[in-house]
Amino acid sequence: MKRFAFPVIVLAGALALSACARKTDVLPPESWQAPPAPAEAPIDQPGTVPPVEQVTPTTLSGMQADMVAAAGADTIYFAFDSYGLDEAARAVLGAQAEWLVRNGSVRANIEGHTDERGTREYNLALGERRANAARSFLTAQGVDPGRLSVISFGKERPAVEGANEDAWARNRRAVTIVVAGQR
Amino acid sequence: MKSKLVAMLLLAAPFLAPAPVAAQLRVDITGGIEAPMPIAVPAFPTAAVVPTPAGTTADLGRQVAGIISANLQGSGLFRTLGTGAFPVPGMADVQHPRFGAFRTAAAQALVTGFVTANPNGTLTIGCYLYDVFSEEVLLRQGFTTTPAGWRRAAHKCSDAVYSRLTGESGYFDSRIVYVAESGPRTQRVKRLAIMDQDGANHRFLTGGQSLVLMPRFSPVSETISYMSFANDRPRVWIYNISTGQQEIVGTFESMSFAGRFSPDGRTLLMSVTRSGNADIYAHDVESRRSTRLTSSNSIDTSPSFSPDGRRIVFESDRGGTQQLYVMNADGSGAQRISFGEGRAGSPVWSPRGDLIAFTRIVGGQFRIAVIRPDGTGERLLTDSWQDEGPSWSPNGRVILFSRTERNGRTTLRSIDLTGRNDRRIPTPLDASDPAWGPLLR
Repeated sequence: MKRFAFPVIVLAGALALSACARKTDVLPPESWQAPPAPAEAPIDQPGTVPPVEQVTPTTLSGMQADMVAAAGADTIYFAFDSYGLDEAARAVLGAQAEWLVRNGSVRANIEGHTDERGTREYNLALGERRANAARSFLTAQGVDPGRLSVISFGKERPAVEGANEDAWARNRRAVTIVVAGQR
Repeated sequence: MKSKLVAMLLLAAPFLAPAPVAAQLRVDITGGIEAPMPIAVPAFPTAAVVPTPAGTTADLGRQVAGIISANLQGSGLFRTLGTGAFPVPGMADVQHPRFGAFRTAAAQALVTGFVTANPNGTLTIGCYLYDVFSEEVLLRQGFTTTPAGWRRAAHKCSDAVYSRLTGESGYFDSRIVYVAESGPRTQRVKRLAIMDQDGANHRFLTGGQSLVLMPRFSPVSETISYMSFANDRPRVWIYNISTGQQEIVGTFESMSFAGRFSPDGRTLLMSVTRSGNADIYAHDVESRRSTRLTSSNSIDTSPSFSPDGRRIVFESDRGGTQQLYVMNADGSGAQRISFGEGRAGSPVWSPRGDLIAFTRIVGGQFRIAVIRPDGTGERLLTDSWQDEGPSWSPNGRVILFSRTERNGRTTLRSIDLTGRNDRRIPTPLDASDPAWGPLLR
């Protein structure tokens, strides 16, 4: 095969390595510094999250049980990729609304959830649609909207594990959580 | 700051012009069935065995060759004949390789170099590439680094070799940020984690107390955006990895998510919910002002800029089901680009601009696919139960994604845009939401 005889020899003479001194025409080194090792900064320890208005709801298990007893359930379910309220859901929400109106000292946080069969981002939005659908129904039944907050967990907090229709159906849900009144 | 790789090449340019031989040494990575190019990577010798904080120079010489070997082999384009196949060369062999042994082993190319400990405590790592048949030197570079950066020198050498032989830029000197998962699926613990693209230097960025999702690198700074449920307020945050400083993006009263930086790092796109719908906003990182880009009664999410910053691909259900749309960067002119069976989501524009990777969902099966920005040429790349969330390598050739098995295990995998070389990326725990960062400078 072809060989560049002359240039290689010239170069070789110039590039002969010495163990003692590095000739500048051997390998002008490209100098770059590795970035400084990032500071170890665990970011969700107390004090590292900028303070925000306290919105973490304080759940009240006794009141929750009372609501479930009165309304039949704290959870309603949805069809696949849907946020429509069926008859069963409306019945449960109607009873929840009555209980919330009777128990004016508490608030409620409505969680929206999906099954796993959607992309992560879309499911966060769909979960919020479900929570909002429940919230709208409750306010239409007379609950003061200022007492109701919503949060979506998308597909992050399934109620049951499993890759089957039964598990998926049980994960497509909105849950009404009674929390302490803040005002 | 531009990566400084070229001084020696410029000096020696007359001798490095490719020989006008019929078979110029080049790997064609545009597709088609190729036999990987056999390439020899013997251990890098050292003039004197010297201890360093990273190990002796002899140990480093073996490990550097091992990293280069693994990088090239892992790309699917090369078959490396590695450190075990050849005796450790002497220093003279670096400048004058004895090609006979490599020809016998049927290597077409040879990567060699050396490791030297300098008196000031730095290391110099040489990087040479030869055409075994013509005996021509194709590449001759050196890198000086602190001992802590020795792996990066191996990755930069790998990138230089890859680039010289493929004509494309490399992707080895880069990092991946992702979500490490553990625990039962009903109470999954998720932590942000970062590692070199080969899995080394792995560390956790959060402690797991708050649910965290969707980390994404800024292309220009040591910054990531991610979504956190801290204080039960699901929001996008910006986090500087070097300083540890962090802040919530914008002052939205409702949920924000799906953050992704523009190619110049100055804009962060994200979704913000509004009465059960979700709109795409552009947040100016410097001024901290947000501009709403979409306003239809639908879920608009997963925005991703084109590499020239002039267009945005995103996912929307405004037409009834989740599909891909492309609009101008100011929010005007949205056009649907995905058609065919099923739904399409989580699009991400290749750094090369030629393709958009996304998740194609048909009948409950999630597959990674690519499509041209005009909506033509859709190709499915994977065929498993639930593959989603693609992310491109810096050179736009390899796609990282998350695979969920039916039993709930989630892992990171990568695949070439040609659909070949499907590989697992090892992580200490289960993993999801990978994002490939830029080439480091």
